[in-house]
Amino acid sequence: MSKKKKNNAAVMNSRLISRPIQRCFPLFVLPTFIAFCIGFIWPFAQGIYLSFCKFTIPQNAKFVAFQNYAKVFRDPGFLYSFFYTAAFAIVSIIVINVIAFSVAYFLTQNIKGANLFRTVFFMPNLIGGIVLGYIWSMIFDGILRKYGTFLLAKTEYGFWGLLILMCWQQVGYMMIIYIAGIQSVSEDIMEAAKIDGANKVQTLFRITIPNVMSSFTICIFLTMTNSFKLFDQNLALTGGMPVAFQPDGSMVNTTEMLALNIFNTFYTGANSRGVAQAKSVVFFLLVAALSLLQLKFTREKEVQS
Amino acid sequence: MGKKLLALLLSAVMVCAMATGCGKEETPASGEQANAETGKVYYLNFKPEADAAWQALAKQYTEETGVEVKVVTAASGEYEATLTTEMAKSSAPTMFQVGNQNALATWQDYCLDLTGTEVFNEMTTEDFNIKGEDGGTYAIGYCYEAFGLITNKALLAKAGYSVEDIKDFASLKTIVEDITARKDELGFSAFSSAGLDGSSSWRFSGHLANMPLFYEFRDDNVTSQPAEVTGAYLDNFKAIWDLYINNSTVDVAALATATGDQSEAEFGKGEAVFFQNGTWEYANLVTDETKGFLMNKDDLTMLPIYCGVEGEENAALCCGTENCWAVNSQASEADQKATLDFMKWVVTSDAGTQMMAEQFGPIPFKAAKASENVFFTAANDLIADGKYVVTWAFNYTPNVDAWRTGVVSALQQYSANGGSWDDVVTAYVNGWATQYQNQ
Repeated sequence: MSKKKKNNAAVMNSRLISRPIQRCFPLFVLPTFIAFCIGFIWPFAQGIYLSFCKFTIPQNAKFVAFQNYAKVFRDPGFLYSFFYTAAFAIVSIIVINVIAFSVAYFLTQNIKGANLFRTVFFMPNLIGGIVLGYIWSMIFDGILRKYGTFLLAKTEYGFWGLLILMCWQQVGYMMIIYIAGIQSVSEDIMEAAKIDGANKVQTLFRITIPNVMSSFTICIFLTMTNSFKLFDQNLALTGGMPVAFQPDGSMVNTTEMLALNIFNTFYTGANSRGVAQAKSVVFFLLVAALSLLQLKFTREKEVQS
Repeated sequence: MGKKLLALLLSAVMVCAMATGCGKEETPASGEQANAETGKVYYLNFKPEADAAWQALAKQYTEETGVEVKVVTAASGEYEATLTTEMAKSSAPTMFQVGNQNALATWQDYCLDLTGTEVFNEMTTEDFNIKGEDGGTYAIGYCYEAFGLITNKALLAKAGYSVEDIKDFASLKTIVEDITARKDELGFSAFSSAGLDGSSSWRFSGHLANMPLFYEFRDDNVTSQPAEVTGAYLDNFKAIWDLYINNSTVDVAALATATGDQSEAEFGKGEAVFFQNGTWEYANLVTDETKGFLMNKDDLTMLPIYCGVEGEENAALCCGTENCWAVNSQASEADQKATLDFMKWVVTSDAGTQMMAEQFGPIPFKAAKASENVFFTAANDLIADGKYVVTWAFNYTPNVDAWRTGVVSALQQYSANGGSWDDVVTAYVNGWATQYQNQ
């Protein structure tokens, strides 16, 4: 039986057989490629085109060149939401990763019932964002009512509320990635460190953390993109409220993040759809650039063991 | 062997799927041919609560005339998004709603001028229609609604008053404050909670804010969307709002998060005398068994909202509509004709008018049937007495959702967070100007 298998493998590896199959690769790639074109490439290209148009639906688009983009950068709400999103991303990257790594670290220290804890911490991830948003808004309002206030009363409440929500949801997921990373640190290095007399703190900072840098890369990447494209939780928790009025009369929704700002713009009025589309192109460029930068930056810190 | 069998099974499933796929495609192809001559109707309905009635009516029309009528209902709050996607399809809706000027501005290219059509000629009033800048009627109001203070007459009598005692803001205030003073003894409050949760806030940022808008537009003879508002009657808005929040079932601090259901339940259970809402609440309060309020309709009426404007003792209810039909001007001519025929049938046939009366109350068409709804009776009685109708001035609001969000946020700050009334004024006046420029 085993001999037969070996033969099979040998046959498959032979050039005579594999060449024709390799030559057929477009045929195998085709279904996925078509799906990718229909579901991604085409809408993406159309989206870029529409960002230069005034339209109600894609079929009645009229080309207006850069008018939409000019409006984007004059919209104080968009600029505000950019900085708000950036602030949220920075804080949530730090907080989520610190908590997730700490939890992962403690749960790999041979604690009793670690598996149970891991499951429990992971569970919030299984709940959809919109549901979480509504549930947490009730929780926050319930607590804040005791102090005679409410979630939408202050921008800060919305900010920290969203942060608590996102931590609650994402810590479990990141924890799993860190646990995998920590467990894959070679026992030999740990033992060597022990023999050399390194204490727990030294082991953590000199051995464990440098060796799980690849986990940090992926987790920071995930938390950052998650924060930037955050939408459901933002919509359900505060919906962008409260509103602040600028001296010139323009409105800024003070807890509105980029994605929600784009969505709200789209349905605002007759001429706003193209502007929303232009915003989303800007948004794409921004997230893409940041992610590439961040990947490059953390990749350099990774250690090969 | 097992693998082969599995492969065989899978391919069998695939072949079946393909066969049914083709089969399905064939049916509409033959149907389309028949419809090429007669046209067909596709109605995008935006009232989920009327979906079942529309489906039944569409079925009946198809049985009677053979014309295909498809009714699709957008989920609550998703109408604009649904319309956008549906319009982009090759078989776009032929009949849809355009509720206000803002919506007309967005959908103007898709609205047929309905002036002079048969269904248009059946109308008894043009008050509820939406006109474009060129004077054409691009959407016709197929029903109207009225809002005001829904009043529990039985409770009012318990407090020692009758609806005749309420003639203007001053008399309303006296009675309301008296009820609040005797709240514990009476066991009920004057107003149900004026909650500012999203499910309830539209009653104030939309409907209550209509009072200052209406009087301002009346004074300034506004007949199309103004670029700016002055806020001349905002003090009156403040007066009635203060009355609501200081004499309600719940504490001021809890208002920011109180919901629409909560307010309705308070009124339904007899915890409050007044409940600001509209004619559409009739079914919820009187006939809906799942809600279980089952109030006696003879105990209920609707009073005008008084806010201290001179001459307001002659005001009737706030009547208007956001229920306006538009016909897709980019649909084929056969489809447009089929749609107009269907609309005419709905407002003239026995089955159609019956359904409209049940679902939407009295409709502004010649063949309208009477409605059970006591709130409409109140509205009609006031108009019959020669009182002036407070129209829905808010239909002019630019970027309506954004403007209302600003007003709600400012009301929340003012009511429950120690904010200043000036912010409400800013949201109302400056917000309008900004949204007008943005649109």
